[in-house]
Amino acid sequence: MIHSLFLINSSGDIFLEKHWKSVVSRSVCDYFFEAQERATEAENVPPVIPTPHHYLLSVYRHKIFFVAVIQTEVPPLFVIEFLHRVVDTFQDYFGVCSEPVIKDNVVVVYEVLEEMLDNGFPLATESNILKELIKPPTILRTVVNTITGSTNVGDQLPTGQLSVVPWRRTGVKYTNNEAYFDVIEEIDAIIDKSGSTITAEIQGVIDSCVKLTGMPDLTLSFMNPRLLDDVSFHPCVRFKRWESERILSFIPPDGNFRLLSYHVSAQNLVAIPVYVKHNISFRDSSSLGRFEITVGPKQTMGKTIEGVIVTSQMPKGVLNMSLTPSQGTHTFDPVTKMLSWDVGKINPQKLPSLKGTVSLQAGASKPDENPTINLQFKIQQLAISGLKVNRLDMYGEKYKPFKGIKYMTKAGKFQVRT
Amino acid sequence: MLESNKDSAKLDAMKRIVGMIAKGKNASELFPAVVKNVASKNIEIKKLVYVYLVRYAEEQQDLALLSISTFQRALKDPNQLIRASALRVLSSIRVPIIVPIMMLAIKEASADLSPYVRKNAAHAIQKLYSLDPDQKEMLIEVIEKLLKDKSTLVAGSVVMAFEEVCPDRIDLIHKNYRKLCNLLVDVEEWGQVVIIHMLTRYARTQFVSPWKEDDGLEDNEKNFYESDDEQKEKTDQKKKPYTMDPDHRLLIRNTKPLLQSRNAAVVMAVAQLYWHISPKSEAGIISKSLVRLLRSNREVQYIVLQNIATMSIQRKGLFEPYLKSFYVRSTDPTMIKTLKLEILTNLANEANISTLLREFQTYVKSQDKQFAAATIQTIGRCATNISEVTDTCLNGLVCLLSNRDEIVVAESVVVIKKLLQMQPVQHGEIIKHMAKLLDSITVPVARASILWLIGENCERVPVIAPDVLRKMAKSFTNEDDLVKLQILNLAAKLYLTNSKQTKLLTQYILNLGKYDQNYDIRDRTRFIRQLIVPNEKSGALSKYAKKIFLAQKPAPLLESPFKDRDHFQLGTLSHTLNTKATGYLELSNWPEVAPDPSVRDVEVVELAKELIPAGKAKKENPAKKFYSESEEEEESSDSSSDSESESGSESGEEGDSSEDSSEDSSSEQDSESGSESKGENKRTAKRNSKIKEESDSEDGEKENEKSKTSNSSNAESSSIEESSSDSESESESESEIESESRKVTKEREKKTKQDRNPLAKDISLLDLDDFNPVSTPVALPTPALSPSLIADLEGLNLSTSSSVISVSTPVFVPMKTHVLLHRMSGKGLAAHYFFPRQPCIFGDKMVSVQITLNNTTDQKIANIHIGEKKLPIGMQIHVFNPIESLEPEGSITVSMGIDFCDSTQTASFQLCTKDDCFNVNIQPPVGELLLPVAMSEKDFKKEQACLSALHLLSKPRNANRNE
Repeated sequence: MIHSLFLINSSGDIFLEKHWKSVVSRSVCDYFFEAQERATEAENVPPVIPTPHHYLLSVYRHKIFFVAVIQTEVPPLFVIEFLHRVVDTFQDYFGVCSEPVIKDNVVVVYEVLEEMLDNGFPLATESNILKELIKPPTILRTVVNTITGSTNVGDQLPTGQLSVVPWRRTGVKYTNNEAYFDVIEEIDAIIDKSGSTITAEIQGVIDSCVKLTGMPDLTLSFMNPRLLDDVSFHPCVRFKRWESERILSFIPPDGNFRLLSYHVSAQNLVAIPVYVKHNISFRDSSSLGRFEITVGPKQTMGKTIEGVIVTSQMPKGVLNMSLTPSQGTHTFDPVTKMLSWDVGKINPQKLPSLKGTVSLQAGASKPDENPTINLQFKIQQLAISGLKVNRLDMYGEKYKPFKGIKYMTKAGKFQVRT
Repeated sequence: MLESNKDSAKLDAMKRIVGMIAKGKNASELFPAVVKNVASKNIEIKKLVYVYLVRYAEEQQDLALLSISTFQRALKDPNQLIRASALRVLSSIRVPIIVPIMMLAIKEASADLSPYVRKNAAHAIQKLYSLDPDQKEMLIEVIEKLLKDKSTLVAGSVVMAFEEVCPDRIDLIHKNYRKLCNLLVDVEEWGQVVIIHMLTRYARTQFVSPWKEDDGLEDNEKNFYESDDEQKEKTDQKKKPYTMDPDHRLLIRNTKPLLQSRNAAVVMAVAQLYWHISPKSEAGIISKSLVRLLRSNREVQYIVLQNIATMSIQRKGLFEPYLKSFYVRSTDPTMIKTLKLEILTNLANEANISTLLREFQTYVKSQDKQFAAATIQTIGRCATNISEVTDTCLNGLVCLLSNRDEIVVAESVVVIKKLLQMQPVQHGEIIKHMAKLLDSITVPVARASILWLIGENCERVPVIAPDVLRKMAKSFTNEDDLVKLQILNLAAKLYLTNSKQTKLLTQYILNLGKYDQNYDIRDRTRFIRQLIVPNEKSGALSKYAKKIFLAQKPAPLLESPFKDRDHFQLGTLSHTLNTKATGYLELSNWPEVAPDPSVRDVEVVELAKELIPAGKAKKENPAKKFYSESEEEEESSDSSSDSESESGSESGEEGDSSEDSSEDSSSEQDSESGSESKGENKRTAKRNSKIKEESDSEDGEKENEKSKTSNSSNAESSSIEESSSDSESESESESEIESESRKVTKEREKKTKQDRNPLAKDISLLDLDDFNPVSTPVALPTPALSPSLIADLEGLNLSTSSSVISVSTPVFVPMKTHVLLHRMSGKGLAAHYFFPRQPCIFGDKMVSVQITLNNTTDQKIANIHIGEKKLPIGMQIHVFNPIESLEPEGSITVSMGIDFCDSTQTASFQLCTKDDCFNVNIQPPVGELLLPVAMSEKDFKKEQACLSALHLLSKPRNANRNE
């Protein structure tokens, strides 16, 4: 399956290579560089590149290309999904996944990769198990290790690997038993010029942080499970239970994990919590254009909208912008032509606005399209779909855990066409 | 440092070396020093040495041999982790000399007690095979052995080895097919992908096609119809219509839950399985899951969109409801945009084209010009495919001709050319307009297209055509080759139609062409000159010159680039690249005649065989439960929900009959004495027995005596069984029969248990301690799956099985609501209720009722709560929490539990708001009081027989139904 893995940074240096079968020469990456050049932008590099003897499958995350070399037919998603899992694992181990961090922890990276694949076939990909095999580096442990010469490699076979609950290790102990669930919903929407909604969807996830002693068995039920149209589960969730009772029943992994991601059925109308009033015009005659945006709350169910950030990719002809925001800060990068305005909270009494002029390249004709506006925002304590967790019960253990649930609504891919 | 005595120094050195390897620097000269440390006590050093060894052993074969003995010793280590890692490293050292040692190690490891070691053995098989393909035969033996392995851990890896070593030995799968299907849910995700792909291929060779006939028909119904003539021909030897092989069905059913996996690769694998092997009517469920994947990373989107593109060509309907999910965002990378566009085009039809065109208009204006150009192409394709909008599209494209961006204009020209070619009607205006554009456009393809158009239609634009030629003649030398060729063509055509005006111009152009640098152009010039200019040598051809040049050209077909991809299996690398990748295994066509299905039979416990009706059910069911506990548990709920779905559709009549039963105790006696004759009573009796079921299990001791009676009445009751099942056959399905037989086995085990329970607790077949708590509370809804217990059971993996009459929940819940309070009588407050048929959370005797309250007034209604209750004796209500206020036009759903005491008596209570009280009633239909329970036919009969002995039904509420 996966022959080798190369990590390539944005300037085109291979800074890590790992081979699971016989060694594949670095020169195979030349084909990748070629494709990279052709694509101009990093995200346009095709994920699958055929070369005479190998196939290069790559993912691009955190400004690093993870290039897997394979030789024979394999489902491409298999490799891509695995590479993403590698990135997630690194992130889990080191907090961030960046070139310097990987270089600093090259030994741990190597050990982890060694455990994740055997002969190119995934072996252990659950982070719970990996962490038992190879302990993640912490400052304390580094100090202790240098003094005592002990290692960060576990010597026991993780019990999870053998049980039918491979995602959880045994013998977990906490003094405070807590289980937190964050219901996070994202609104994907395209709003057209006149403010009407073209498409709007709600995608949600439930991220959990479970720190419970022993082998707890949890059930989570919803007030209105009918809302959930399409769901995908962490492997720990018992599917049949969901199918028949619409109850999530599971033995949780230890620590942070994504319990569920869901899609809210399309029949439900999506409440759009914000609106954008815009007036952007370029004139043919002069090299100046007018620019004005106002953001305001729409259907927010009485909650405040926070963390509003407006970004917009200006047309190439724009030289500079002189704008004054009524609130927040704004920046315009003349090289990438990216305008970004950090608004912060929206105060319904005094709507934030950004006004000013756009200076265009002299002589160039006016851009024939107005830029689209991308919006980010956050609403705390609200799940926009109306999803509500009914109750959480625990079986199998005696103690009483502390349970917490948090709702949040965010903008996903929220675009306003102007 | 490697020579140092201190571990920490060694470790430090090893870390540096690994760092060097990672950077791709050569560290091979350190080999001797490193190899010495292979026996180090320190695990981390050991691991790093392994890393080093695996990397360089190939280059330093002789020295690598020094380390072999260490591994051989480690292979015998009591710690499974060490055994496994020794095997891993040993097999990863690619040194041909040690092949025999590896072979031996693999053989030993494949019989290891630890599944983890066996898993590693499966991996080692592939490594050895790639090192020395001559070992194939021996390795196949090991694979065969490992395929029989029942651990979920091993399954994925061994199938991978199978695919790599001997993908053509499909015969090895037969015996393990059912096991693999059943284990599938529990295998780790990567293994699932591999197994699903393998099983897809397998299914294509072993089962007959479910597609051939009427796709629309639900194929499980097909059993019950008389065979059509056509079908008869196809399945001649069977003399009956197509029935899906139960194994085929098993695979399709067992993969369905995996669509919910978080792993995109698994979802895609299941999607392709459904696409390739399931009946067309069932493939619909995959679209939702695939669309979900579009939220994922860019790379995943890319692959999934490609596959959707292929699917959407063949079956538009599949993705049409999700049209809007494919709308393009300006932040998508170009490759995603183009793919989405492709799908949108495939999905376009008369109904949605107007919305789509509006959407396309936005895209055309995109800053991403490459994408804008692709959009124009798309519009062209839509225009050709849907004749209603051709004119609209054409007009739109003409408007684009005045666009400022050259690429857009050029693309429009090319597309317009293609469109006009398809429509030989008059479009003089457009052509004139385009002729004017020649002055401004510089893109060669567009210029060439315009010239070609003018040439083709030169008779329709007699005035401007010569003029255009004149202009072109002027600029001929500066044109692109493509344009030059078209100029020559135009000249020739004009010469033929309008030689008076253009003779000189043509001569001039031909002269220019004669001395052009490009030989193509020189060639063409010569050819044209000979053909059209009359001279003494001109042959017979020149007479036909006009016919040659001005012949009617066939219109080009605008096709999707994904048209021809469907011959590759979806989700494969080959499909993505549209070329055959190395190692691609062709998906075979369906066989005309199904190979013998009995090859998949496994001789395990054949206990229940004689009970299976009509021989249709699956023989392997008894075996199934020995494999995987959690699977089994899921299966049971599955099967019962199957039976439930049926019950939903016929709930009306069932309700009646059970009503009879509760009142009419005489029918019980009937059922014992004369059940073979009285058709009516049979049904009632049957029902009664089910009702009694619960009380039965409570006094389980009596069971034993009764079961004897039941056995004796077996023969006759089975005939009842069949007749009654026939009478209800409408919704009966094959899967039901399967589920039934599964229930049979389950109950069979239950009986064994019950038989033995009082006698000896330590019988080894089943772990009784595990069972007791599970089997007793038949009626308790939630605790039936006492979770900790399940954890235990899951751990046991292989040998346990539970035998509960499991309470199941319905799949089919009628959405019918009943009016509780009409808004007129409730002063604007309306209330509806319906039975969600879910176990009530307030108490196990209660029936849960969902009440939806609507405020139809324009004021808030405050403090909605339940007031005074007027209940018959024994009845209880668990009220909902008071609702503080209900907004105008608002609605809220609350749930409450009512214990109806298993009667159909009315529960009356007051629904109060702040100001008013309204009396309301809930009267449950009988069907809503019943609790669905899965039980086997056999058990059912047993219960039925027992009924006669009991005259009183202790709790008629917990009735269950079988058929």
